[in-house]
Amino acid sequence: MIAKSIRENLQGMWSLLVGMKVTGKNFVQPNITVHYPRQTVASLEGYRGHVELVPHDKDPTKSKCIACSNCVRICPNSCITMKAVKPKKKAEDKEAAGDQSEGKKKAPAKKAKPELQSFILDYNYCSLCGQCAELCPTGALRFSSNVYLAGFTRQEFVIDLLARLQRQAQTKGAPNG
Amino acid sequence: MNLDLRLDTSGDFYAQKFQPTKREDTLILNMGPQHPSTHGVLRIILEIDGEYIVRAQPVLGYIHRMHEKMAEVMSYPQYLPNPARTDYLHALAWGWAHVGAVERLMGLEVPERAEFIRVITCELNRINSHLLWWGAYLLDLGAFTPIMYAFDDREIIMDIMQRVTGSRLTYCYYRFGGVSGDIDDRFVSETREQCARMKERFKMYKALVTENFILRKRVEEIGEISVDTCRRYGATGPVLRGSGQEYDVRRAEPYSVYDRFDFNIPAYNDCDAMGRYLVRMDEMQESIKIIEQALDALPEGDFIHPKAPKRAKPPAGDVYFAVEGARGKIGMHLVSDGGKSAYRLKLRAPGFSNLSLFGEVSQGTLISDAVSILGSLDLVIPEIDR
Amino acid sequence: MIEAIPIQLVIMLVGLAATMAFVGLNAIVLVYLERKVAGFIHRRPGPYEVGPHGILQPFADGLKLVGKQIFTPKGADSFLYWLAPMISMAPAVVCFLVIPFGPHLQIINTNVGLVLILAFTGVNVLALCIAGWTSQNKYSLLGAARGVSQSVAYEIPLLLSVLPIIFLTGTFNLFDIATNQGSWPWQWFVVTQPLAFIIFFICALAETNRAPFDLPEAESELTAGFHTEYSGMGFALFFLSEYAYMVIAACVGAILFLGGFKGPIVDGWWWFLAKVYILLLIMIWIRWTFPRVRFDQLLNICWKWLIPLAILNLLITLLVIAL
Repeated sequence: MIAKSIRENLQGMWSLLVGMKVTGKNFVQPNITVHYPRQTVASLEGYRGHVELVPHDKDPTKSKCIACSNCVRICPNSCITMKAVKPKKKAEDKEAAGDQSEGKKKAPAKKAKPELQSFILDYNYCSLCGQCAELCPTGALRFSSNVYLAGFTRQEFVIDLLARLQRQAQTKGAPNG
Repeated sequence: MNLDLRLDTSGDFYAQKFQPTKREDTLILNMGPQHPSTHGVLRIILEIDGEYIVRAQPVLGYIHRMHEKMAEVMSYPQYLPNPARTDYLHALAWGWAHVGAVERLMGLEVPERAEFIRVITCELNRINSHLLWWGAYLLDLGAFTPIMYAFDDREIIMDIMQRVTGSRLTYCYYRFGGVSGDIDDRFVSETREQCARMKERFKMYKALVTENFILRKRVEEIGEISVDTCRRYGATGPVLRGSGQEYDVRRAEPYSVYDRFDFNIPAYNDCDAMGRYLVRMDEMQESIKIIEQALDALPEGDFIHPKAPKRAKPPAGDVYFAVEGARGKIGMHLVSDGGKSAYRLKLRAPGFSNLSLFGEVSQGTLISDAVSILGSLDLVIPEIDR
Repeated sequence: MIEAIPIQLVIMLVGLAATMAFVGLNAIVLVYLERKVAGFIHRRPGPYEVGPHGILQPFADGLKLVGKQIFTPKGADSFLYWLAPMISMAPAVVCFLVIPFGPHLQIINTNVGLVLILAFTGVNVLALCIAGWTSQNKYSLLGAARGVSQSVAYEIPLLLSVLPIIFLTGTFNLFDIATNQGSWPWQWFVVTQPLAFIIFFICALAETNRAPFDLPEAESELTAGFHTEYSGMGFALFFLSEYAYMVIAACVGAILFLGGFKGPIVDGWWWFLAKVYILLLIMIWIRWTFPRVRFDQLLNICWKWLIPLAILNLLITLLVIAL
């Protein structure tokens, strides 16, 4: 009985030494972490940042968006607000509205393509499910890959994606396909 | 100084409603909602005699977000990101339960490739969940290092998953009729590599922790839960299997393609925290076995049903779909009136049942043991509160 | 005679100042060492941002602690509450006075050096008890209760493990104990008394509340145990004293079992410091490897294993000496 207990305890002590060997071995092995400001993570592929508008093939300042507002309806958190006007009719302030009035106006002006005025994403509430991008009939939405997006106020995360697209197009210079 | 802490009438509703036993030499201790070992916002009111627990009562609801009500308001696709937020550690299993319930009600067929992708990703997610539990449990028991080693492995799996799902933790990957994106050869090879690596790591984990004398003394014969207790409280998953009952939804009511894989259901008859610990450690290895088999047999085809509706609208009726999550049986009972959002969606969280038995099991144990028992139940509070 | 007293006083005062500096310096080095070793064991760099390789991190930590609000919890006895950290720190400084750092580097060479250290380290329990009792916090109270029974229990095997050395050398004088051992490792008492050394080391871990015996401050059970409520310098003093007691334990261990300042080729403080830091490194290494033991197990280890073993070891030693 006592002999068994002593043997058990000796085995236990041995297991402690084995544990120390494991940590000791890890101690001498190199670091596996990334020193963030000096190094950055390599594998950012597939990272989902906030959604962004895909530029039009011909004009990079224009979006592929046709303002169908499918994304507005599917969004679980109602992050997206869209404003579009029809170019043929003169812009009336009250008419430049969201999805509902858009649907109503479709019947009289069938040929007129609504032009996107602003595409505002409230990133604060986005849950990055990706359904807006999947549902888009023209593929006008995709995920950006800016991991280092940071800000001080909530307002900084309410982003006008169309303005962002135009800004990007300007900084890139000459339009390309 | 008011040293008679027992007669302290301050405190909130739960503290006042907590009925201690009629002893006069005990102390009421609020463990949580901000306590290092309750992992989140679980609160437990304890009546203690010295360090021995006389009575324990969990208080819930600190992170209740009305996920069930949200299902009644949002349309079916809009609800897709929600299940991942209930149990953030095994997000894909919850997502699966949701899409599975809707698919079953709609009679929607899932392409075989999608089923395989679901199995692979869900099992990877299960390994991740167990790894985090392992690290956090050891942290509860006072060992700081294992969680760092666990995160080393977790990060690699997360990197693999990020490429296909786009997220690292709260995945929203499954869709009605398939998954949102296909996997590629790189995913397959990286997963294989990681499986091989994990097998080596398990040896290290065993040497560092499982066989450690101090740990064994902290978990062996601690928190014995009989099968009968599990049955009364409805405990499932590793808690039930740690009590010797070989119940696993993947085997008991096979969903998806789980009936094609050869895997064991680990179960230990000791009923103690060590049994639950070993079940989870073995389960990770079984998951790797499943993943490797699934990768070998991965069929070609669509990753989502070509006619999968973008806006799911199941017919009227009710359906129950259960999957095996890392913490036990995740069930979704969906009642539909044919509308675009559910009439009622009941989420069965395994953690809720598992936590319920804590009050009974912890009676008469030390505070240290209670921490050990609590950890061995593997609680995720957002899942319990929903 | 009259002139001799002031000189002694001057030596003592200078010594006290020097030991205080030593304690502070050691704490700084140890904080850095602890975090770096923990980092490397975890395969991460540890502190890296403040200064080159983070060597200024302890200073930044200290500065932060000094800058914190001194907060007394409601209902606490503020006099005793703030007395506790001082009681914890003060005896630690005294202990260093009698430690022979080198052949000519000792502040007070007294015949009761070892007794003095054992006595003064015992005062720490009182600090723990007061801190836990006056904090008006249930976790602190539980921590204090644990701390007191732990320290009281572990004093016994600690003394019993030291006694064989006393019998072998016949003195309590630390300098004499050190010089009684030879310069080479096989001439040290660790070779003749390995069991006593192991018992001493385990007891030292328990006495200094180091993991795996850090029950009074068991983070996952009692949040922070007896110093839950302390902020700023109150916490810092407890922190400092923990490191000071660690150093004392390592110093005593080095003197009793590892030959103190004696070493191959040239004796000196360098050997002493090297031995002390090896012991400290092992303490740190242990902390970052093992889970915490349970409270009743801790006392079981003491009463059922360490004390009988220590007594056995003592009896065998006496028998060998008598023969």
